[in-house]
Amino acid sequence: MAAELKKPANLTLWAWTPGTAEAVQMFEKAYPNINVKVQNVGQGDPHYQKLRTVLKSGRGLPDVVHMEFQYIPSFTLTESLLDLTPYLPDDFLSDYPEWIQQQINLNGAIYGVPWDTGPLGFIYRKDLLDKAGIKTPIETWDEFAAAAEKYHRANPDSYLVNMPGGQTGQWLGLFWQNGARPFSGDPNNLRVNLTSPEIREVTEFWDKLYASGAITDDADFNDAWYQGFARGKYAGWISAAWGPIFLQSYTENSKGKWRAQALPQWEAGQTVSGNWGGSTLAVLKDSPNKAAAAELARWILQERQPVEMFSYDRFLFPPQNFMLESQEWLNQPYEFYGGQKVNQVYAEMADAVDTGWEWTPIHEFVATQGDDIKARTVDRGEGATAALQPWQDAVVNYAQQQGLTVEGQ
Amino acid sequence: MSQATATAAGPTTRRAAGRRKKKPGSHGAAGFLFTLPFMVLFLGLFIAPLLYALYLSLFREQLVGGNQFVGLDNYIDGLQDREFTRGIGRVALFLLIQVPIMLLLALVFAMILDSGKVWFPKLFRVGIFVPYAVPTVIAALMWGFLYGRDFGPFADLADAINVPPPNFLSESTMLFSIANVSTWTYTGYNMIILYAALRSIPTELYEAAAVDGAGAVRTALHVKLPLLRPALLLCAIFSVIGSFQLFAEPQIFATIAPEVIGKGYTPNLYVYNLAFSDQRLNYAAALSFLLGVVVFIVSYFVMYASRKQEER
Repeated sequence: MAAELKKPANLTLWAWTPGTAEAVQMFEKAYPNINVKVQNVGQGDPHYQKLRTVLKSGRGLPDVVHMEFQYIPSFTLTESLLDLTPYLPDDFLSDYPEWIQQQINLNGAIYGVPWDTGPLGFIYRKDLLDKAGIKTPIETWDEFAAAAEKYHRANPDSYLVNMPGGQTGQWLGLFWQNGARPFSGDPNNLRVNLTSPEIREVTEFWDKLYASGAITDDADFNDAWYQGFARGKYAGWISAAWGPIFLQSYTENSKGKWRAQALPQWEAGQTVSGNWGGSTLAVLKDSPNKAAAAELARWILQERQPVEMFSYDRFLFPPQNFMLESQEWLNQPYEFYGGQKVNQVYAEMADAVDTGWEWTPIHEFVATQGDDIKARTVDRGEGATAALQPWQDAVVNYAQQQGLTVEGQ
Repeated sequence: MSQATATAAGPTTRRAAGRRKKKPGSHGAAGFLFTLPFMVLFLGLFIAPLLYALYLSLFREQLVGGNQFVGLDNYIDGLQDREFTRGIGRVALFLLIQVPIMLLLALVFAMILDSGKVWFPKLFRVGIFVPYAVPTVIAALMWGFLYGRDFGPFADLADAINVPPPNFLSESTMLFSIANVSTWTYTGYNMIILYAALRSIPTELYEAAAVDGAGAVRTALHVKLPLLRPALLLCAIFSVIGSFQLFAEPQIFATIAPEVIGKGYTPNLYVYNLAFSDQRLNYAAALSFLLGVVVFIVSYFVMYASRKQEER
């Protein structure tokens, strides 16, 4: 293998994470014969749509691609991804927490090198919560609901959190925390169970808050939403470790007043979390330079120099055990959080992410359909629970149309 | 000339005859050559993809189980797809409300401009036309800000008089808000077409009307308007097609109000989402053809109605 890596090769990498080009430069210094072209073809959906298009046409294929955890089964179903096992060290998986191993290791093959993760936590404006007399950190969801009501009574123009009906990724993270396992990835025996008691418990909890008017359901990641943080309309956010990256430029006036805490728990004394987001680098099966491509993915996401760059300079939340255990990283204070050592909070959350969560091989449909139906029912005041059955039906229907075998159907 | 023709009748005729025989052929070849670049692009970039889409629409490719010929199944599914038919209904309503308002505005502006009684006519003309030069996506983004409930002029106004800010992007108001953006964008464009048509009306007709004692309003209604009919028809057909192809505005507003727009607010948006997010290319191709048929029927109806009017 080492000999193969000395041969000159040209690779193309599709990714949108800031800092990718910098990491690639480090790689090219280590492997002077390998030339890497970095392209950003879009973030999220546009990226996967373009990837699907080139896979279909068979032209202009990249070698290495950005691949979020939830999309891996969708691209292994079409047999587009390379099993990296032969190109990785034998003890590769043990470099990561167990739940992350399960995200990349499917049917005995390894399809991605973990890049970052999004263990869920709760970030909030300590100044606003203190003024409203709310004790922090908030330990359970019951306390959270009471705090939301109390906060809004004290501040009629402000809300403890905004919970969009649509944001399926966030909802799934919360279902995940409550022990729901709605999906299995096996196309020959696909499990879809979006109406389980664990899921209902979560949606009914939020529906109560919607109904009382203590929280809002504004769509997220648009200008009005960003302004909502800037203007103090939202005092907190159920967010992943990467959350503040999006808020930084809108929270200049509240910098230092934010704090992060563990996700509230369903039962006092527990520590369980879910995950929202996070990605890997995967290699396409048709890459003509498989060894070089796999090494590129491994090198920039496992070698200390690029990994530290992503963790310290770009604030990505690291998946690698050696980072999660690094005292220097854990004790890093953050200005945004008023000097709080938030990595400790999220490292604890990352450790508490429940194992055994799987994704369907039709994730795009699950997500877009979920966004669509939930946003509508919540907006109409029917609540998120009313969306579960139609969502379930739509997913099962689509899966069958696509020739998948659905369990119990 | 006639003399010369008469004296050399014999040979000239023969030569002329010969030339005449040759003419159609050579002309044909030259004409063909001139249209060749157009034909190549037209066939390659329009007809070929159309045929390919038609071909695709007869198959169903599944993620598991491959590709199979299904005949007209996709079309039958499409006709029963409530999301699709509701989208068609929505743009039809849009068409009925928005197009008459926009064309009336364009007509009034064109006539005002043509009357020559407006100050700074060039500024007036450019001012109304400028929104058309703004890309649709930018226009939708801009209006999205203006419609905003947390900031934006209307929210500020509501704040100043202590009433809750109006929700322009709710389920009941969305279509009108989109219609407003379209009207803002395309009134100027239609005005220019109508204005150009007005300028091409011979001034003798106005003089005759004036001699007959017609005032400005009468001239406008009974001389200008009938002569504008072909241009108005053109504008109407463009607007019909434009309405059915509504895409950019709902696509942009979907980021602000996903709870209202959803996947299938307009047929075009639905086709796009089916093809690129649901991976149902075959079905999307079939729906595109169904949409094309609807546009064709409605356009034909508009033309037919206008011809009937003319005959009367």
